[in-house]
Amino acid sequence: MTLEIVSPGLSTTIQDLGRPGYFHLGIPEGGAMDRLSLRAANLLVGNPEDAACLEAVFMGPEIRFGADMVVAVAGATMPMTLDGAAVDGWTSFEVKKGQTLKFGFLTEGARLYIAVAGGIDTPPDLGSRATYPIGALGGIEGRAVAAGDVLPVGQGTGKAGRTVAPELRRMPGRPAELRVLPGLYWHRITEAAQESFFADEWTVAAEADRMGYRFKGGRPLEFVEREQPFGAGADPSNIVDGCYSYGSIQVPGGTEPIVLHRDAVSGGGYFTLGAVISADMDLIGQLQPNTPVRFVRVDMEEALAARRDQVAMLDKIRGALA
Amino acid sequence: MKTRYTFGGDEHIYVEMDEEMSLDAFFKSLSMSNAVRDAKIPGVTEICPANASFQVRFDPDVTHPDEMLKRIQELEAKAEDAEKRMTTRIVEVPVFYRDPWTHETLMRFRERHQDPQGTDLDYAARINGYDSVDAFIEAHHSAPWFVSMVGFVSGLPFLYQLVEREKQIEVPKYVRPRTDTPKLTVGYGGCFSCVYSVRGAGGYQMFGITPMPIYDPRQQTSYLRDFMVFFRPGDIVKWKPIDRAEYDRITAEVEANTWSPRTAEVTFDLAEFNADMADTNKKLMEALDDA
Repeated sequence: MTLEIVSPGLSTTIQDLGRPGYFHLGIPEGGAMDRLSLRAANLLVGNPEDAACLEAVFMGPEIRFGADMVVAVAGATMPMTLDGAAVDGWTSFEVKKGQTLKFGFLTEGARLYIAVAGGIDTPPDLGSRATYPIGALGGIEGRAVAAGDVLPVGQGTGKAGRTVAPELRRMPGRPAELRVLPGLYWHRITEAAQESFFADEWTVAAEADRMGYRFKGGRPLEFVEREQPFGAGADPSNIVDGCYSYGSIQVPGGTEPIVLHRDAVSGGGYFTLGAVISADMDLIGQLQPNTPVRFVRVDMEEALAARRDQVAMLDKIRGALA
Repeated sequence: MKTRYTFGGDEHIYVEMDEEMSLDAFFKSLSMSNAVRDAKIPGVTEICPANASFQVRFDPDVTHPDEMLKRIQELEAKAEDAEKRMTTRIVEVPVFYRDPWTHETLMRFRERHQDPQGTDLDYAARINGYDSVDAFIEAHHSAPWFVSMVGFVSGLPFLYQLVEREKQIEVPKYVRPRTDTPKLTVGYGGCFSCVYSVRGAGGYQMFGITPMPIYDPRQQTSYLRDFMVFFRPGDIVKWKPIDRAEYDRITAEVEANTWSPRTAEVTFDLAEFNADMADTNKKLMEALDDA
């Protein structure tokens, strides 16, 4: 079975839950920016949660199906039609051979997850089909999908008419709140900067992609004065190159915070002031440029409680679709 | 050296052996990250050693972060006692300094550089007190280098030169990072040299280019069949300056898949190195003569 990409939208990539285990070599985990939505899309069509889907950002692709199959779209809100007839998001539906799925304009969120029963069946690299263009891994020879690509689809057993209840669909609020655990090189900025970082409203900048999301609009952060350590470089935001955590927040020059995401560089020479907690990483994947954002300070126990909340939400989706 | 432990969100513990770079900090970080791997602490999913620090990623649902921190801290004393000696390899990496491709790129991004009037090599030679670019290039390739970290992207090695602190070259990164760097550029930032494994963004000064692929996701290159990434921490590198003719010859051989780098097995002992750097380096480089 196959499906054909008639038009790819802005950037549509094959993603699954990624390839953990190679970050020490500069190869990131990758995979869906919004993992909960990818899992939900897979569960809707009866796939294992880590099956490969299409992740489309800001614009939907146009897809022609080469066989009868079951499809579901989760994540961002975007009207869609199958051969001109409206179909609902977060709900599985049948498609017939030769039918075409099209998308309208994005109304909420940023990324769509399009699952087909059986999953996209392109060859995996290092155990994952997730597209990582910088390292030419996964996807179609490492790249995003393009018009004319015919993608293989596995054998599925999905059923139409299954749905995820609205209260189990998670989208960022406005302003979006991203919870942050201070740490790493938090001590490098002054007390005033530590306060302003959390007090100020930031907005998502244009440079927001799978590697990282940049934010602007808050006050610049002042550094605690010191003589720079040997090997770090002259700028006060420089450190001796070290590893980066997923979700860590670097602020080159103290001006625009960058939150590293699934396709993060594995290390570098900029200080980081802490990290967005694991429970809120999915939310970043649904942020559009210009969205107002507040960083909210939490401690470890709050971070772990938020993590448990996310597991509970996923368990509810699993229960409802079992 | 004072070790600092901190959390990176709820899934990472970051351990900084020292704020400044040194081989002592590197060896302690490597020993300790190996000790963490050997300890097989439940929930550890990934260990990333870096220049003077390392990071552990873990599942906090399996082991609570405070408990994980405690377990890692307990391994520090053991790491301090570990011998700072390793069996490794020395690799000769050909470098075409002042090549046309990095030159074209550095001219394209000149407004992002500290010194828009010159080249990256002119600037690096001047601020490090060299009379000429030739003398600076000589210093860059005359003593060997030690791979102290692999990362950033796709198997990119960070290299630290095996010379006294006062002879170390130091340069800042670009004022604003470039959006483009040719594949296999030999770069420099802080006290580290690097090889850009793939084309892409970068902030290091650009000195030259190597014809030697170091990352091959298809694993077709003869010496990358076993694994797609060439370098690992602890590798020792000797840059070999080459001209355009040799660059073209090696590139043709790489394309025909008949070229592979000269390498030799060596032992590196930090105490021996600290006691006599010149002699240690001489022996390391002699090992290549027999390769």
